[in-house]
Amino acid sequence: MSTHAVYVMSAYLVALVILGGLLISSLAARQRVRRELSARGLERKR
Amino acid sequence: MADLHFLANPARFRRFSQRVVPSLSVATALMLAVGLYLALLQSPPDYQQGDTVRIMFVHVPSAWLAMAGYALLAGLGASLLIWRHPLAALMARAAAPVGAGFCAVCLLTGSLWGRPMWGAYWVWDARLTSMLLLFFLYLGHIALSRAYDEPDRGDRAAAILALIGVINLPIIKFSVDWWNTLHQPASVARLGGPSIHPSILVPLLWMAATLFLLFVLLVLLRTDTEIDRRRLENAEQQA
Amino acid sequence: MSGFVALVARDLRLVWRRPGDVAVVLAFFVVATTLFPLGIGPEANVLARIAAGVLWCAALFAALLSLDRLFAADFEDGTLDLLLLAPWPLELAALAKCCAHWIVTGLPLAVLAPLLGVAFGLEPAVLLALSATLLVGTPTLSLIGGLAAALTLGARKSGALLALLALPLCVPTLIFGAGAVEALATGGDFRAHIAVLAALALVALATTPWAIAAALRQAGE
Repeated sequence: MSTHAVYVMSAYLVALVILGGLLISSLAARQRVRRELSARGLERKR
Repeated sequence: MADLHFLANPARFRRFSQRVVPSLSVATALMLAVGLYLALLQSPPDYQQGDTVRIMFVHVPSAWLAMAGYALLAGLGASLLIWRHPLAALMARAAAPVGAGFCAVCLLTGSLWGRPMWGAYWVWDARLTSMLLLFFLYLGHIALSRAYDEPDRGDRAAAILALIGVINLPIIKFSVDWWNTLHQPASVARLGGPSIHPSILVPLLWMAATLFLLFVLLVLLRTDTEIDRRRLENAEQQA
Repeated sequence: MSGFVALVARDLRLVWRRPGDVAVVLAFFVVATTLFPLGIGPEANVLARIAAGVLWCAALFAALLSLDRLFAADFEDGTLDLLLLAPWPLELAALAKCCAHWIVTGLPLAVLAPLLGVAFGLEPAVLLALSATLLVGTPTLSLIGGLAAALTLGARKSGALLALLALPLCVPTLIFGAGAVEALATGGDFRAHIAVLAALALVALATTPWAIAAALRQAGE
């Protein structure tokens, strides 16, 4: 990992940021919507 | 298709996703750990591309998933317009940003591969250009589905767009190829030449499987959220 | 068929009563094209090299500029509801609207483009080719743009959204339109380009009316 390590590492970092960001924002949106649902007394039916 | 129709009922989909998501998350995490080991440490550098070949392990699967994601959008669009499956609209809404995300990963990692290999972050290569246009199609789909005050209208407009887009994609690909040969002599290093050595192929396929699981996981999570969000909107309308 | 002609004639009459709307689009085309030499510099060989691409891009933007009102006026005053109820197919009505749009924008653009091409120092044969490519290519732009207009009917920020939807779909037409002119200038195969351009127009003709009609139906619901 000597020759082009900068590019390899930044490529993996970019992928991590985008895909990780998608995952985190998806989880956050799910939490937010669930909280609003329960605030209205519309609990999820299990 | 008959086997997939049973998922069209949101309640049944929800039971299905609740059963699948926990084990899917664990599987994705484990596969990602092994995949990163294979891609970054275990696999040898390519004799032509050196270590930059490791970028391909993320780049190529992202490209596959970005294209498959658009095909999924078109399939969901057809299912919404033909059978009026309520879940298809919600899943398309959930899948479009995921597909766009993978498309962005493909473009950015490709650009970071291009700098050491081609000497430029961006060249107007046919594949890059058609991927960029695919990204624009995704943006159009996302923007259109969220542009209406009534979400149903946005869903159906976006479904029509996805179907027209999927007809257009081969035409765009063909014309960009033509344009590229017209303007630029093809002197582009291709991935590993005609045959790919197993030491490269194994991590590539492993990462492809991992990212596929991540794609499915993200779509399931977001679809679940969209179902809840739609319930919330309906409750607000009634109130 | 008589309904088709009547609808085209009606749209043309509406434009005839307010010719300013078309004039603005054509003026935009001229002004936008003029900006390129000002931005790039007056070297004749550079301008001749980029002329086809610049004129095609400007024509594409001009065609899109006039599209966001294509169905909006009919949507607001109830004409669209009547078209939905009419006994003849909505696909034909959609085609008639796009046809009228092409007559008032695509056709004038094809006539105007060679005049601007002279200012870019193009040869007479190339000017003719430019006009021919616009004649064959702009119907595709009207059809794809008509689809984008129908999809964004009643949406928030429909103008910008329309461009975002239509531009990627117009890329093949742009490539082969500008490519044809360049092929003629550099000794390439002009006829092949024109043939592909015509094929793109036919594909658009065969697919977009159905999609436009589907979009209009769900807008009318």
